[in-house]
Amino acid sequence: MAITVRTVKRPERTFATEIYLVEIVKGLGLTFRHLFVNLYRHSKRALGLKGLPGSVTVQYPDDPAVLGKRARTRHRLLKRDDGAPRCTACLLCETICPAKCIRITAENAPDVQVEKRAKTFDIDLGMCIFCGYCVEACPVDAIHMDANEVEISAYSRKDMIWNMPELLGDVPKKPSQPG
Amino acid sequence: MGKTVKYKLNGVEREAEEGKLVIEAAKDVGVEIPHYCYHKALGNPGNCRMCIVEVAGAPKPQVSCRTSVREGLDVKTDSDLVKRAQASALELHLVNHPLDCPVCDQSGECGLQDYYMKIGQYQSAVREDKEHKGKRIVAGPHVMLDQERCVLCTRCTRFVDNVTKTHELGIFGMGHSEKIEVTPGMTLDNAYSGNVVDVCPVGALTDRDFRYKVRVWYLDKTDSICPGCARGCNISVHTNTARPWHNDGKRVARLKPRVNMDVNGHWMCDDGRYGFGNLDADRLGKVLRLSPEKAELSWFDMASELAPLLKRDGLAVVASGMLSNEDWAAYKSLFVDTLKIQGHYFSAEPDQIGAEDALLRRKEKVPNLKGAEALGLKSGSFDALAKDLAAGKIKTLYVIERDLSKVWGDKAASLLAKAGVSILQGPNKYALGDSFTYRLPATAYVEEDGRFTNFEGKVGTYLKALSPIGEARPDWAIFELLRKALS
Repeated sequence: MAITVRTVKRPERTFATEIYLVEIVKGLGLTFRHLFVNLYRHSKRALGLKGLPGSVTVQYPDDPAVLGKRARTRHRLLKRDDGAPRCTACLLCETICPAKCIRITAENAPDVQVEKRAKTFDIDLGMCIFCGYCVEACPVDAIHMDANEVEISAYSRKDMIWNMPELLGDVPKKPSQPG
Repeated sequence: MGKTVKYKLNGVEREAEEGKLVIEAAKDVGVEIPHYCYHKALGNPGNCRMCIVEVAGAPKPQVSCRTSVREGLDVKTDSDLVKRAQASALELHLVNHPLDCPVCDQSGECGLQDYYMKIGQYQSAVREDKEHKGKRIVAGPHVMLDQERCVLCTRCTRFVDNVTKTHELGIFGMGHSEKIEVTPGMTLDNAYSGNVVDVCPVGALTDRDFRYKVRVWYLDKTDSICPGCARGCNISVHTNTARPWHNDGKRVARLKPRVNMDVNGHWMCDDGRYGFGNLDADRLGKVLRLSPEKAELSWFDMASELAPLLKRDGLAVVASGMLSNEDWAAYKSLFVDTLKIQGHYFSAEPDQIGAEDALLRRKEKVPNLKGAEALGLKSGSFDALAKDLAAGKIKTLYVIERDLSKVWGDKAASLLAKAGVSILQGPNKYALGDSFTYRLPATAYVEEDGRFTNFEGKVGTYLKALSPIGEARPDWAIFELLRKALS
């Protein structure tokens, strides 16, 4: 591909920008516009009238965090109808993972048609960058990032590792202890 | 040599020996024609129809594994007709294929995957249900059979029919229910059964030893020589170091043969392929003095401590054919030229003698006795050494990569105790490792570069695949260190 050059023009410095006064008035104008618009909207709704909602500051962590519908949160391993984990230990998620935070070991599955299953499945959430590639790579829809949990923290790096029963939801994650 | 003729390949004038198969001639100039059934060592039944090429003048496309090069032949391997024919052939191969690549051990090195990425249809026209056949059938001690994945190329049956002549596998059934099966009443347990896994272009025959251990794309491959016997088969060592949690922590995942028509052809035996066990088990990692007072030594302290002990009379050296040519040369300059000792003992005793056959396996289960012979070294008899030890004539016993308990059996421990000072040098601890006075860690063959001379005098080079464990050094480096300390 040929390299193309585009010259970016610098903003010109005029007398108006030099004395700052005009720019300050412009900036404060924006601030005050938001103030009065929100004041109007909040007052209108306080009086029980219909209209657009005013902006509010989320009081996180006192109030729960508001997550988007498609936010990528903690991983969750899914199960088949018969209760066995869906994961067939193909290691595609481990391969695609850019942070190398997934560690899987495989074994024979009791069902010959399934062939293979995970013996251990660990995700180190301390290393995970929440890119979602593992979900994309999974050919059997065994891993989702929809546990709606973002407050993942621990006192040690070891406690950041979630194992298979914890990811499946069979066993609650033990709270991390300091020291 | 036949006469050289001119022919055209994809419009380019080429030269090749007359009568050579087009598929081989094309491979020589770097044009890879897809194929399943054709194998250089197993013949060309022409049943897979993948190697189809267009030959000018022929009414229909031809299979390149049964077309010979002749003067004026005009072959096209990349025309639209060829691509369409190959895509249709591949489509038929996949009609009953379960497409379970995610759980298949072959994925990553599978002929179906490779050619599908290259010439696949990418849209299935098959509406019927797939034919179900046997899965996870234990064909033998080393091989697992999955009939659904098979493309019926018959390479494996030709291997057991023509190479080992043991006929454990065959094609049974007709039409869509045709499948590879183990001959009733037999198991695939010949001494070369692992090779059917190599010749299988798909995941129908997989390695039980390697099953679900590591995905093949994690493996690093290094050219090496099998140390399993005096044949010195050319092999490739597949190692897994980036993800140590796979393969139960073993660094060497598997061994595969490399083609060398002068030594091993395309094959290697099961003893060599699966016999390596765990190279990392019971490794010596530190330079140790075990008695009278247990201490960790540095290499230089060890050399200065051992030098006067080696100079004394009554030194006997037990070595083994595991040493490389370089090791033997350093061995010679230390023990023969500097110390001028007479007692070398390195011949293959019952511990290093095993089954042999006409195909590859040799009786001596060590790779490099010939290298010692080439330097003029001669082994004494182990019985005489045992007598000398019992009589108290040996004051210092230097053992290199040898398990004495396998040479002398139960007597070994008491004989070893008779020597005043005993030194063990090698990668592993072996059974009697704790009874020695000194222990020097040496590298295993996968951790060093070197050369083995095989029983026919052919020299093969093996390359370093892994980094040494602990303070381990190559044997020649230890010999050189001692030689410098002595002079």
